Formats: sequence, structure tokens, C-alpha cells
Amino acid sequence: MQLKKLVVAAASVTLLSTSLATAETLTIATVNNGDMIRMQGLTDDFTAKTGHNVEWVTLEENVLRQRVTTDITTKGGAFDIMTIGMYETPIWGKNGWLVPLDDLSADYNVGDILPAMAGGLSHDGTLFAAPFYGESSMIMYRTDLMEKAGLTMPKAPSWAFIAKAAREMTDRDNEINGICLRGKAGWGEGGAFITAMSNSFGARWFDENWNAQFDTREWSDTLNFYFNMMSDSGPAGFATNGFNENLSLFQQGKCGMWIDATVAASFVTNPNDSTVADSVGFALAPDNGMGVRSNWLWAWALAIPAGTQKEEAAKQFVEWATSNGYIELVAENEGWANVPPGARISLYENANYKDIPFAKMTLESILSADPNNSTVDASPYVGIQFAAIPEFAGIATDVSQEFSAAYAGQQTIAEALAKAQALTNDAMEAAGYR
Amino acid sequence: MPRAVTTQKKILNSAISWALAIIIFFPIFWIVVLSFKTEGDAIRTPIEVLTSTWTFDSYAVVQERSDYFKHFSNSVIIAIGSTLLGIIIAVPAAWSMAFVPSKRTRGILMWMLSTKMLPAVGVLYPIYLIFIELGILDSRTGLVVILMLINLPIIIWMLYTYFKEIPAEILEAARMDGANLRSEILYILTPMAIPGIASTLLLNIILAWNEAFWTLNLTAAKAAPLTSFIASYSSPEGLFFAKLSAASVMAITPILIMGWFSQKQLVRGLTFGAVK
Repeated sequence: MQLKKLVVAAASVTLLSTSLATAETLTIATVNNGDMIRMQGLTDDFTAKTGHNVEWVTLEENVLRQRVTTDITTKGGAFDIMTIGMYETPIWGKNGWLVPLDDLSADYNVGDILPAMAGGLSHDGTLFAAPFYGESSMIMYRTDLMEKAGLTMPKAPSWAFIAKAAREMTDRDNEINGICLRGKAGWGEGGAFITAMSNSFGARWFDENWNAQFDTREWSDTLNFYFNMMSDSGPAGFATNGFNENLSLFQQGKCGMWIDATVAASFVTNPNDSTVADSVGFALAPDNGMGVRSNWLWAWALAIPAGTQKEEAAKQFVEWATSNGYIELVAENEGWANVPPGARISLYENANYKDIPFAKMTLESILSADPNNSTVDASPYVGIQFAAIPEFAGIATDVSQEFSAAYAGQQTIAEALAKAQALTNDAMEAAGYR
Repeated sequence: MPRAVTTQKKILNSAISWALAIIIFFPIFWIVVLSFKTEGDAIRTPIEVLTSTWTFDSYAVVQERSDYFKHFSNSVIIAIGSTLLGIIIAVPAAWSMAFVPSKRTRGILMWMLSTKMLPAVGVLYPIYLIFIELGILDSRTGLVVILMLINLPIIIWMLYTYFKEIPAEILEAARMDGANLRSEILYILTPMAIPGIASTLLLNIILAWNEAFWTLNLTAAKAAPLTSFIASYSSPEGLFFAKLSAASVMAITPILIMGWFSQKQLVRGLTFGAVK
């Protein structure tokens, strides 16, 4: 009996010391948004389950992108887990900078990740980042203003209908703009919107030989349509409006329609922040009858930099944060409307989630976006609102600056397109594509 | 003979001064106002913002979400440490240029100033790699060194300007009385230049406190100062104006208080030699 007690005590001490020895502190770089902040608040659950602690580095999206890019390209090792998007993941995975997530546990159920998300976060069929939440873009509109205008929003409207509805809903005397869209310079701001819109007009960034395509009729049609519609029905100063500016306008009841990220649906229907929360409808992003819609696809995902000393603990965190168990944890603490959307198939089969007003349209938007076939004519790149090549971010920022200058009236649309054509071809030539 | 200033001119000057002061101060005032509003109220029209309910909610959320005192202590150590280290290096450098100038002194001074004209991002990768090699990434030691280096040209320039005002004959007299170089700098020059050194110290603490490029790029979780604390509340996708404002107020209050109490020294330091 005495011996048995001794053996048990010795085993307990051994187990405890092993557990203490393997307890790690993970440093995680992440972006500042509602879902990520919520995750930080629930980290105690992870620590209780694994014994690992977590230190958060939360940064604004553009600062985060610069920070983690510097660290991973220099093998700095400042972070054990990085929050990255669909643009970086395939490029970094191809370069061997990320740990492949090809040995996640059976309980995790990789097959439950939405195929569009898994595809966008993989390179050569290997998953390099696990989606924390995914988003597409869709139309959010004021049902009361649409009714007042005597129109009915189709489930999948055309750009012609949107332009007509925008004009009908515009009421300058009451500060109501028919439509609010991004115009702000930046590849992730106005650049993302106009690229996704151009896909539905039959435009593309490059032909199959990596020649810029801004001198085509399709790009001219896209920009002229956007500019005319926004001049007629958009808010003043739309050339400098991004996501936040339009969100603010919509929540104050100053937009009839807003086409933007599906994640915004939870903001505009939240009665604590939005004055129009009870009169918001949703529809698919418009098309132009050419077989491609103008919605994009994006995911914020968790990736592990190659060379981290804490790979096992990092994988445990990635599994915890992107699992069904985490979704249930959020639902239990904050309600189903606040769970991270757009990553798992089973979420959209869950009876509790089906009642959320924007859930169905979010899923349909995500499912209708295909990064591998985003343009009407064939293109050499993967991506919808971006081309997944390292040079894109720099080039697209410059191009979007030219477009924003045209929206602001500082140059004509034709001048902006000519400059975009020249600078893109120059950059692609310098990078060795042409 | 002093110029006569009419009452009308006085009123006009006062009005312009007040208008400029209000324009400069308004962003700070508005940040303070927004910090006491809910996120919903913070995006309304200015009139609605001012008449809506006042609340401490944003401060409570920021305090709960972030470890303010950890960031604050990092800021204090980095700002004071880099300034003191800079002063220790700059005093002998400024002494040599002020009292033993060579034909290249002017050129060296201009060269030091020209390093401030290089965009910081141009040397980000080399500096980052050096920090990795030295093992000082995300450390307060690393930040003390880098902030000292980027502010060193300003410290040397300011001290050089003050030292030039001190008559060289006093130092000569000390030398004749047997003072060596160390005693000359420590016991003769430094006490006479205390006001100038104090102004330099204060200005550089402010510059180091507000530095936001290196402090964001060379830190992660351990050494992050208040600039990182503010950056964690900025977002292009989601409205966090009230919380961002609360975080900003918490970050700038200590340095505003310091600036307020030391404004006399600061103004004296910045205008020193301007009326020569």
C-alpha cells in the first residue's frame, strides 16, 4: 500500500514537472478587429486546456502587415503565430516561410473548412494557414428607402439596377446618398473594391503574358461607370472614403446602399451602434451579365512562421482558435451573431446560426467567389481583389492613388488609366515578368 | 526706441494668437471629448457628439484589454534612458566642436544633421538584422540604443549651440588653475550649461516618447511602449474611435503634464541664441 502511494506520488510529480517544463509562452501578432479582440478575451480557455500562456501584439492592419513581413523575411522570430491574409499565405507558403498545417488532429476536422477558404490559404494543395474568419463582399441596403423609391432589390442585382436604384434613393436635402463605395487610395481599400468591380465588367489586371490591361475598354467602362454613379449618387468626398468612413455614413442613415465586406453586416444591424439596424437588407454583389460577380474573398488566418521554437504549442493554439469548439465557446459567451463567420461549413448547417439575418447571404457570397477563376478572360494570377504575386501590393497602391486622384477631379479617368498602364508595365518589367 | 503698439494692433495680435492656439489645440480637445463617448455616439455630427451622454466606458474597456502600466513603464525607461545616454555621449562631442574646432567641424555638424534627412524605413532591414544578431529585438536595451542614435544629432547640435555661448576664457582660466579635461567638462562647463542641458533633456524625452516608427517595428510583446498601445486600437475595418481616443489620452497625458510644468525651460531652450 505504502509502495503504491509512493509510485502514485512520484508519477504525479513527474507529470507535473513535465507539464511545467513544456508550458510555453506564445507571442501572437494579430489585427485589431472585433473578432480578434473577442478571441483575446477568451484566451484563458486555451491556457486552462494546455497550460500555455499567450502574449498578444495587436496592431492596425497595415502596420501589422509591415511588421510581420519584416520579421518573417529576416527570420526574426519575434512571433510564434502571425495573423495573415489570403494575399500573403500562398506567397509565403511557396517561399517555405510557413509551417505546413498538414498534420492537424482528426478532431480538428480540416474537411469542415469551406473549400474556397482552404484553397485561398494553400499552396500546391498544402494548407499553410488556418482561417479564423472569412469574408466576401455583398450589398447592404436600406429596405425602407428602397420601398420608398418603389423598387425591389433582386437577390442578385445587376450594376444597371444598382445605378438606377442609387439615383432614385438619393435625397440631397436630407443628406441621403443613394450609394456609398470605397474610393480611398490603398490596395486593400479602394484598390480592392475597384479590382473586384472590374472583374464583373470583364476587365483583368494582366493578360496571360503579364502585360497590364488598363488600356482596355473594360477598364475604361469600369472606372467611368463607377465615377458617374458616385458623382450622381455618392457622398461628397467619396475619393477619400474607405471602410470606416462608409460604415459611419451607413450607421447614421446617410447611405441607401453600401457594397462592402460581409463582416460589416453585424455592425450595421447592431442597434447599439447603428441608427438603421432594423431596416437593413442584403443582396449579392452586382454583376454585368458576364458570368462574374463583383464580390471578393478574404480570410484572416493564423499561420506559424517556419523556424519557431514553439511549433507544437503554436499548432495547439491554431487548432483551438479555428475549431468548432471555439465557435461554440464564443456562442456561449457572446451569442451566435458574434461567432467568427465564413470559415467552417458546419457553422452554416447549425440551426442556431441559421436565424442570423445575414448568415445565408454571407455564405452565398463566399461560395460565389472563386480566386482561381476571378476574371472573364483568362488571367495568369490567383486572387479576386488582388493578384497573389509579391509585387502586387506596391503596384496596386500606386494604381489606386491614380484612380483616387481621378475620382477627386485632379485628373481625367483616361489620364489615370494611362498612368496605371505605364507604371504597372514598368514595375512588371523591372520584376522580370515581362 | 521701442515701437509704439496701438490698442487695435494689440487686440488683433491677441485674436490671431488665440485663433492659432485654438486651431492647434482642437484635435487634442476633440480626442478628449470622443474618449468619453460610446462608439455609436463618437461617429455622429459634432453637435450630437457634444450633447450625447458622457461615459467612462472606453477607459474601462482599454484598461481591461491592455496592460497600460507595462507600456507606460517601457515608455519611461526608453525615453529617459535614451536621452541620458545621448547626453553622456553628446557633452564631450559638443565640447570638442565648440571649444577645439577644426576646419572640418562645420562639415561634421552638417553631416550629423543630414542623417536625420534619411527616411527611417530605408535602413529598417539592416537595423532589424543587426538587432537579431545582437539578440536585442523586442528589448528595452535595443530601443534605448536606437532612439539615442536617432536623436543624437539633435542633442549634439543643441548642446553645441549652448556651449558656443560660454566664453572660452573661463575654461582657459580653469586649465591654468590645473583643471584636467575631465574636471573642465564636469565641474566647469556642465554646471554653466545646466539650463541648456535641461532643455535638451526635456526636448529629447518628448521626441523619444513620441517616436513611433522604430518603437513599433523593433518591438513585439515585451518592450512595446505607449506608441504600440495606441496602435493596437486603430483599425481600418471597424469603428474604434472612442477607444482609440481613450488610449491616446492615456498615452499623451504624462508627456503633456511634463511639458506643461517645464514649458519655461523648453521655450528658453528652443529660443536660446535666437536674438543674437
